[in-house]
Amino acid sequence: MDNVYSLLAFVLLAGMILGSALLVVTLRNLVHSVLWLIVMFIGVAGTFLLLNADFVAAVQVLVYAGAVCIMLVFGVMLVQRPNMEHSNPINWRFKLAAPLVGGLFIVIGLLTAKSQLVVSGQEVPAQTVQALAPILLNDFVIPFEVAAILLTVALTGALLLVKEVKANGNGS
Amino acid sequence: MENLFVSMAAGIRSLLGSGGLSEWATDFLVMFLKLGAILVYILVSALWLVYMERKVSAYMQCRIGPNRVGPMGLLQTTADIGKLISKEFIIPKDADKKLFLLGPILIFMPPLAVFAVAPFGKGMVAIDMNIGVYYFLALASLSTVIIWMAGWASNNKYSLIGSMRVVAQMVSYEMPLILSIVGVIILTGTLNMSDIIHAQENVWFIFLQPLGFLIYLIAAVAETNRAPFDLVEGESEIICGPFTEYSGMGFAMFFLAEYANVVLVSVMATTLFLGGWLAPFGLTFIPSWIWFLLKVYLMIFLFMWFRWTYPRVRVDQLMEFGWKVLVPLSIANIFVTGIGKYLYHSLGW
Repeated sequence: MDNVYSLLAFVLLAGMILGSALLVVTLRNLVHSVLWLIVMFIGVAGTFLLLNADFVAAVQVLVYAGAVCIMLVFGVMLVQRPNMEHSNPINWRFKLAAPLVGGLFIVIGLLTAKSQLVVSGQEVPAQTVQALAPILLNDFVIPFEVAAILLTVALTGALLLVKEVKANGNGS
Repeated sequence: MENLFVSMAAGIRSLLGSGGLSEWATDFLVMFLKLGAILVYILVSALWLVYMERKVSAYMQCRIGPNRVGPMGLLQTTADIGKLISKEFIIPKDADKKLFLLGPILIFMPPLAVFAVAPFGKGMVAIDMNIGVYYFLALASLSTVIIWMAGWASNNKYSLIGSMRVVAQMVSYEMPLILSIVGVIILTGTLNMSDIIHAQENVWFIFLQPLGFLIYLIAAVAETNRAPFDLVEGESEIICGPFTEYSGMGFAMFFLAEYANVVLVSVMATTLFLGGWLAPFGLTFIPSWIWFLLKVYLMIFLFMWFRWTYPRVRVDQLMEFGWKVLVPLSIANIFVTGIGKYLYHSLGW
């Protein structure tokens, strides 16, 4: 951390992320959970901004807060319930869950403390986008295109499936 | 005149500096003032645009329009807002109270946040962000969720149908909106708004990217939920869509936010396609910020012209047009632009 301000911002953002993430899993109303999830994603974007990764922060807002949560909204609206209260089932088995989660947390903490994190001594690049483009479209163009084809196939497949169901519905 | 606002900012900075404030505090205060000025501009602009809309529609329908309150009816919207403030804000019994109240508060946030990167004139950009265009797209996508939240919280069937339409429509038209801008980004190789304007010194991108501009224009009308794509609040079908249950100032906030969004997409169209604050034909004696505002209001007039000319499209037509016409066209535009740029470079023109 450079100075006291970035530390303060980090603490605030971390509190925002953890608090809203906790609300996502504990609130009983699924719609409230989705909205808190958006707050959580924006908090993560803020953390990226704090690390000078402005492009990743914008991707976080556009893709996660803007698009993924919209998909969740569609999912919520397809749930056929007269009202949304108690639509988010919670597992209240604290006795089982608490040691499990606590143990996992301790393991991750220990591993993080033990591992040697490599910190690059280089200056943070002012322009991250220009550095990203050649990596995506020159060095890793094959995986990039394969991912694109995969997504297109998935999209077309989903459309085909929906069409089939519709045709059957009309026929019967 | 040209440097009116720039020298005003410099004057305030030197005034604060001589007052014995530290460098950091001065920067902070000047930035605060800049953003405050943008905020005031947007709010006043939204207020007057309602008047402009009513006047434009009146002349298009051979009427006179508001002409009683103030000179030429200029104070009509001020009186309207006064009326709306004095009205009772009714919260439905079964509404989700907190979310219902949050809706009109949050609705102004995305457009206002985006204006921070808008270049209003030469050297008149509050925050010159490297990824300005991308920032605009990212934050603009958030308003979908806010309108949906307001509609859902109202607990009204018309609101719910309207808010689902918002989600479907805005997600469908965000795709062509983003893809149509990619053409400009390929040509300039930057996401910085000021650099994009500088790249248009010889020729505006509306001439290099006519298809991109057309797609942007159509998608922008749909994104702002205005006619002919105002299915979201199709009065004859679903009363007022997500805003049905809102009364008084709550309704006014959504109403004004629509105009703030219109200003926003017009500012972006001006920046990306119409050369921003660059003066055409070398008419540089007119200050850059006046050129910018002229172009923005020309775009806004175009949007109003659309609204009072075309009838509303049907839901299925809207979706088919978005996915089967605009998206393929914008992808083709990217393809042609990419090949064109490659040829241009390899021929060495």
